[in-house]
Amino acid sequence: MDPVYYIYLATILFSIGAVGVLVRRNAIIVFMSVELMLNAANLVFVAFARMNGNLDGQTVAFFVMVVAAAEVVVGLAIIVQVFRTRQSASIDEPNLLKY
Amino acid sequence: MTVMPAEGLFSLMWLLIALPLASAAILLSTGRRSNSWGPYLGVLSVCASAVLGVLLLIEMMGLPTEERAITQVAYQWVFVGNFTVDLAFQLDQLSIVFILLITIVGSLIHIYSLGYMSHDPDKRKFFGYLNLFVAAMLLLVMANNYLLLYVGWEGVGLASYLLIGFWQHKRTAAAAAKKAFIINRIGDVGLSLAIMLMFVTFGSVTFSDVFGSATQASEGTLTAIGLLLLLAAAGKSAQFPLQAWLLDAMEGPTPVSALIHAATMVTAGVYLIARSNVIYNNAEWAAMAVIVVALITIFMGAIIGSAKDDIKKALAGSTMSQIGYMMLAVGLGPIGYVFAIFHLVTHGVFKAGLFLGAGSVMHGMDDNVNMRRYGALRSVMVITFITFMAGYLAIIGIPPFSGFWSKDEIIHAAFERGWFIGGAAVLAAGITGFYMTRMVAMTFFGKKRWESDVHPHESSAVMTIPLIILGLGSTFLGMALLLWGDIKSWLEPVVGYESEPTPLPTTAYIGITLIVVIAGALIGWISYARREVPVDAPSGNWLTRAARRDLYGDAVNHALVVAPTNYAARALVWCDARAIDGFVNGSAAVVGGLSGRLRRTQSGFIRSYALSMVGGAVLVLLALLLVRI
Amino acid sequence: MSIDGELVVFIICGGFTVVGALGMVLSRKAVHSALFIAMVMINLAILYVANSAPFLGMVQIIVYTGAVMMLFLFVLMVVGVDSSDSLIETIRGQRLFGILFGVALAVLLAGGIGTALTDKGDVGLDAANQEFGGNVEGIANLIFSDFLFAFQATAALLITAGLGAVILTHREAWKPKATQKELSVGRFMVGAGHPGNKPNPGVYARHNAVNTPAILPDGSLSLESVPEPVRSRDDSLIIDHRVVSTVVELVEGEDQN
Repeated sequence: MDPVYYIYLATILFSIGAVGVLVRRNAIIVFMSVELMLNAANLVFVAFARMNGNLDGQTVAFFVMVVAAAEVVVGLAIIVQVFRTRQSASIDEPNLLKY
Repeated sequence: MTVMPAEGLFSLMWLLIALPLASAAILLSTGRRSNSWGPYLGVLSVCASAVLGVLLLIEMMGLPTEERAITQVAYQWVFVGNFTVDLAFQLDQLSIVFILLITIVGSLIHIYSLGYMSHDPDKRKFFGYLNLFVAAMLLLVMANNYLLLYVGWEGVGLASYLLIGFWQHKRTAAAAAKKAFIINRIGDVGLSLAIMLMFVTFGSVTFSDVFGSATQASEGTLTAIGLLLLLAAAGKSAQFPLQAWLLDAMEGPTPVSALIHAATMVTAGVYLIARSNVIYNNAEWAAMAVIVVALITIFMGAIIGSAKDDIKKALAGSTMSQIGYMMLAVGLGPIGYVFAIFHLVTHGVFKAGLFLGAGSVMHGMDDNVNMRRYGALRSVMVITFITFMAGYLAIIGIPPFSGFWSKDEIIHAAFERGWFIGGAAVLAAGITGFYMTRMVAMTFFGKKRWESDVHPHESSAVMTIPLIILGLGSTFLGMALLLWGDIKSWLEPVVGYESEPTPLPTTAYIGITLIVVIAGALIGWISYARREVPVDAPSGNWLTRAARRDLYGDAVNHALVVAPTNYAARALVWCDARAIDGFVNGSAAVVGGLSGRLRRTQSGFIRSYALSMVGGAVLVLLALLLVRI
Repeated sequence: MSIDGELVVFIICGGFTVVGALGMVLSRKAVHSALFIAMVMINLAILYVANSAPFLGMVQIIVYTGAVMMLFLFVLMVVGVDSSDSLIETIRGQRLFGILFGVALAVLLAGGIGTALTDKGDVGLDAANQEFGGNVEGIANLIFSDFLFAFQATAALLITAGLGAVILTHREAWKPKATQKELSVGRFMVGAGHPGNKPNPGVYARHNAVNTPAILPDGSLSLESVPEPVRSRDDSLIIDHRVVSTVVELVEGEDQN
């Protein structure tokens, strides 16, 4: 099987994640969409590693996972804190930083 | 001409400038603390310079003729690539004459000022400025290059400005100071351009270098330099067409008028041209321009002097005219340089005496300058009268008073050049006789026309002693310098001297001149001493009216320079307000309007920002693909 | 024509990932989204393994499905499980352009990268894995040699993230904590409500669940005896009408006596 199909799959997943970020208002779902995009990127890395016969891609994917984990921790903490102060997890609510 | 390094007493020549300069610095920087002793320090410093100057003269007289040019380098001032200028002084026969004139007449006027300014609250400042002037003037005549001369040139301009506007609470004085400064600036531009041209042509601005290689330059270049130097001289010496400032400069205190605007500073132009004689000797047309300017100014000054009722302005007109004589002499070339300097010295002495005499009269008349309010003062101010008469006889050129010797030589030299120039000079001498007689008659003779509350009195000794010394100088200096001092051969190594034959014997010219002068004096005497002088000036003929308005000098300046400048300024203001500001404000408004709309995109919604980011990514991808295809 | 095993796996798992991703975006409730994305993660893990990345596949399951998704669910619990999004879009044009851009992104990325990579070959990782004796050993070799600095940096990043989470969720105490005495005094203050325990849920022969309200002596039901989260769901209250009517009869009889 041509591994380029994995790339196609990854682009589809990535675009779905992007659309999720754009259209959903619940901060947690937006966050999940971001995770989805990260995973799509990981999939590309893994596929490239295989296409090139080189483990570098897998290593980078591993680091992406580590960073994603750290990001999730901080991001969710922020969401919790915002929810505490505003009683809402909508990302349209905090919009005071504007013209 | 070889230049010797300074040794022995000559190594002290820098003190000539340093003494008054230090005194000026002390007086102007210590403030009220030196109010009590400051004026005496100012007088002392100039007197010390004068003593040093006399000692230097004696020392110089002991040297052989070819070793009398001495130079002293203080330090290297400008060094840019191959171009270097030293801060160096040059002492030779020409500059020592000026040094003595400046320091001795300056000392007398300083002493006189002690009395004249005794009641002025800003006396200390006055003496500080006077010292500054003396230092700058000495720098001007002692410089060994044009750049340093320029420093002195600007320095005397500054001192002149400060002193004309010394009573700056008078609007007229402040305006006169500005006028003098601005008109002088025009001349200064000429001098700076001349210096640049010299640098371009000769690669140096030192006198010896420039004069040494002057003959190698083209005549066109030399003519240009000569004309630019003439512009500078016209500005500083109040010659046509930059003459308008001198009459207004009489707003300054009388000692200032005597020292700066009669004896020394206004003769700097003559010095400049005499010093640059090598250039004019090789540039015929520049020398001719000097003669033309001089002749115009001689008559303008004389006519203005004949019509003014203000004693100081009449004297100022006379100064213009007499400096015109000097300019005429320097314009004549080697036949005239010596006599220009000679007349400059005698004029410096007798005109200073006349001004100080006028100041003494004003002092007694409660600062009234209107001669129609004088009259019959000869018995009230005896010393002033006698010294003034000495100056009067000197300026109109009656033998054996000093003006006779110098002016007669100039007229003779003018006849050597041609009968037209000589005739004009004689005619102007006649007018001189007329206006000076008018001045003397209106002031000292006739009936009392004093204002009711005026009680004229003779001035104090501190003022009369300088008057007496200057009166003695007016009487004997010319004879002494010409016959005993042999000024011709003294100055010849510096400026050159030659004589040309004239169709008539010398005595004939002396006779003609004397007849014309006496005729002029007689007309003046009949018009103003024998007849009643009306207190209110009669309207007079057209020439009188024109002369009272300075021969429309101000009107011409206004029409040619001031009004166009004003219009140009207004046009520029309009351009600035409408075009430039309009463009700037308009673009600001456009940017502001666009920003007002663009800031709406800052909605605060994170998702909007994310949308534009994704949109941007799509565009970048599109661009990448398009480029690849 | 033999069936390519990997293609089968790809079709099944890839299909599941796309379905899961779409479900994540489309479902109204956050919990459903979380479940959908967990499905995506697991399927992706399988795809990793199919791509000869067994280590990453395991890490994906452990880290994402195990840790990250648990964290998501935990936060969802804090924020409110049943809070569902309104589907009305408030920003004009956001949904339309979002979908438009998403489709454009997918098309352009797939078109651009895909056409560049088609038939680029498939070297495979067998050789790379063999070099150090396996996939995990190979990755370990890279992490501790070429990527050592990045590894150290991620260590610092994780520490910082942990500290950051602690600080962000920390609540500042504005006043000193109330002592037991103060709490007791407060309980008996006027307007503080019933000072004693709330009634227990009803315990009967047939029912003893917490959603059974207790019966008061006068025969009425005490809703206070049911915990608040349960009480708000009316349909879940279990009321034994026979017991109630018996109690009412008894009360009335006592009255007659």
